[in-house]
Amino acid sequence: MNGIPQALDALPILGVIFQLLGYTLANLSYMSQTTVAVAVPITLAALCGVMCERSGVVNIGLEGIMLTAAFVGWIVGAAAVGLLGEGTPLPFFGVTLPLMIGLAAAIVAGMVVSLLHAWLAISLRIDQIISGTIINIGAAGITGYVYSLIASQSPVGAGQFAEYQVPKGVADLPLVGWLINAVLSQGPIGLTTIVIVIILQIMLFRSRWGLRTRASGEHPRAAETVGIDVIRLRYRNVVLSGALAALGGAWLTMEHTNKFDANMTAGRGFIGLAAMIVGRWTPLGAFGAALLFASATALSTSLQISPPTGDLGQLMGHVPGEFWEALPYIITIVILAGLIGRSIAPAADGQPYERESAT
Amino acid sequence: MTEDAARSEAPALEMRGITKRYPGVVANDHIDLDLRRGEIHALLGENGAGKTTLMNVLYGLARPDEGTILMDGKQIQIAGPSDAIARGISMVHQHFMLVPVLSVAENVILGAETMSNAVFVDRHEASRRIGALAERFGFDLNPDAKVGSLSVGQQQRVEILKALYRDARVLVLDEPTAVLTPNETEEIFGLLRRLAGDGRSIVFISHKLYEVLEVADRITIIRRGRVIGERRPSETTEEELAELMVGREVELTVDRGESHVAGPVLVVEGLRVADDRHHEVVPGATFEIRAGEILGVAGVAGNGQDELVQALIGLRRSTGGKVTLAGRDVTGFSPRRMNEAGVGYVPGDRQRFGLILAFPVYDNLILTSYYRPPFAHGLIRNDSAILESAAVQIERFDIRTPSARASSSTLSGGNQQKVVVAREFDRELKLLILDQPTRGLDVGSIEFIHRQIIAKRDAGTAVLLVSAELDEVMEMSDRIAVMYRGRIVAELDGRTADKSEVGLLMATGGHEQATTQEEVRA
Repeated sequence: MNGIPQALDALPILGVIFQLLGYTLANLSYMSQTTVAVAVPITLAALCGVMCERSGVVNIGLEGIMLTAAFVGWIVGAAAVGLLGEGTPLPFFGVTLPLMIGLAAAIVAGMVVSLLHAWLAISLRIDQIISGTIINIGAAGITGYVYSLIASQSPVGAGQFAEYQVPKGVADLPLVGWLINAVLSQGPIGLTTIVIVIILQIMLFRSRWGLRTRASGEHPRAAETVGIDVIRLRYRNVVLSGALAALGGAWLTMEHTNKFDANMTAGRGFIGLAAMIVGRWTPLGAFGAALLFASATALSTSLQISPPTGDLGQLMGHVPGEFWEALPYIITIVILAGLIGRSIAPAADGQPYERESAT
Repeated sequence: MTEDAARSEAPALEMRGITKRYPGVVANDHIDLDLRRGEIHALLGENGAGKTTLMNVLYGLARPDEGTILMDGKQIQIAGPSDAIARGISMVHQHFMLVPVLSVAENVILGAETMSNAVFVDRHEASRRIGALAERFGFDLNPDAKVGSLSVGQQQRVEILKALYRDARVLVLDEPTAVLTPNETEEIFGLLRRLAGDGRSIVFISHKLYEVLEVADRITIIRRGRVIGERRPSETTEEELAELMVGREVELTVDRGESHVAGPVLVVEGLRVADDRHHEVVPGATFEIRAGEILGVAGVAGNGQDELVQALIGLRRSTGGKVTLAGRDVTGFSPRRMNEAGVGYVPGDRQRFGLILAFPVYDNLILTSYYRPPFAHGLIRNDSAILESAAVQIERFDIRTPSARASSSTLSGGNQQKVVVAREFDRELKLLILDQPTRGLDVGSIEFIHRQIIAKRDAGTAVLLVSAELDEVMEMSDRIAVMYRGRIVAELDGRTADKSEVGLLMATGGHEQATTQEEVRA
């Protein structure tokens, strides 16, 4: 008997839920595009983590690698503009010579920092968490300091890559057109990321490199006894994966914006680590998890840009804006807490490998 | 036939003057070994005698300080496992070198992948070749099964498949029978004979005398890094081999004497235990141990023995049932309360659970009593009392250590285990729980520890002995309980039990299995 009045009590809440659904639908196109874009650096960080940890090296220095690459890409781009001029953007993603120089510099910087991690973790066999922390603190300190030295000159970066313009015919397709438009309206780094996710997924589970990588992360001694050079394989994976995290950093200063800010990675490296864990150390899974985390960011920016009206708007008015900004991080923590222990890391993840044959 | 082949042909492989020094010890001291085509050559020696080091030199896992290796009369260099594999040398390691989360096929091809192009693995071709090999040798293996889901015996076959897939001409097996049931051991012997019949050379490393006598064509005995002698099985006896191996006369069988059994000490009723993944691996164990008797638990590793022992000592919460110690309900007691109730415990893995390796010997000797007088007064420890007691125990238990202050990690395996035994045995006990008390120890240490166990039993302690070494269970136990899939499927008298009968019970669960098969047929 009590059921009916309770159901009636619930009606206003239902109304708010419907309004939320309606609001989401109305802003779906914007939110989808933002979700994919925001997911790009998180995914790249996660992919870097997947490559490292599948071979047995924990890399929590993702944040530092991204930040270093973001800074180096931006400042080298700025220097190139000073030396070579801005150059005319090509119709193709607005590519200019200084931009490409900056991008190359970012990738090299990311690989150099990764090499440092590889050396500390693999050759010196120091605790990999400490090695990663050194990189994070070092990157934040050094980029922040150098930036503060030159910020007064307000240098201008090499600019920004342009978004891909989805052909109008495709974008106007019924039902799927908006989705294709939202996913593909990305810059070159964003589109490359989607391609890399697919390639890495296939490589990890179908190629010789993938099989050897997985074996080294699970049981390095077994890999060594069948003639695999575990040390070299780990070095190669860590250094190459640095290029991926570096792309994530370059996205921040060359695709998403055209400027650098101190600590502008804002935890994306760590969210990338979370995406890697939630995605169970697979590239596709990590991409999915990154999209999930990014959708929270997309929702929060959408709410700030075009606040909803009506009951929903009134209700949200009571929620401080900081809550929405914190939402992606909260979601990360909640999902991770629910998943930890159920997502199983590679067995030899984080364990330095000492070769038997070396003695 | 294999003997004919062995006589007529030149060695397929020769190791000459192999010397390998590690800091403070010469592991191999000018060892010569030759291996003929089609022979099974046993390397017999105690743990630490240098057998594994010698084979690691052959496989490129250790670099010799001196000596040469010749194959078909030509000197070869082996700088790493890939060199050895390229020359047709394969090794089945004592601890399997398999990746549990990968499939059988992936494990077999790893490092020697069958490729469909420069990048991708040809999984179909690999599966086909593995399937054909498995069929040829009568292995019942699904190439797509995850290795972690296989039994130990099947995993060993995967290891052998790895060698066959690389077309090994020389196959080294390091203690291959340590983890097998007697039936599986017979099967692997049959397989080894077949491989030798194919013209392959087999090196069989073991410290079990009767196995060596059964399967080998020639036996080389190694002691303290040196070759002591070479024998043919037909020309020698277990006693002679034991003496050569240890360097003195050894009592191969323990004289356990008569047991004087009194009333029940440990009574376990319907104890249920789950593993870490919440699977009930012990679905209701009921047994009792009386004062002055040794109950041996035989079973293939992974049949719930670990969980049962952990539940008894309080390391794992039981999900049901009752445990009574000398009439007192001790169900759910913590390890410390069990210890204080008079229970001694020797864990299966001494390096992980028996000792804190980084601690000095004298600290490890008081791990269960450090908080009590005379070792502590309130918060303050009494170092002089601790050292004094340590000196006494080191003497009494013959612990070979430079000093009581030496780090436990510097001791040999046998002496580490003696530290654990000294700590757990050296007081009045109602119950002693022993999990693999002599695993990996040399014959001398085994003899010593077995005597200590018998002494405890004769002093009226109830002893629970869990061991994957069936020989140990058969030798030591007054009663034998066979554990299969978490159940005690049979209890036998230790004096009359037959080894092959116990082995069969371990492998199949005995009657339980037979009835289910009959049910299926009906």
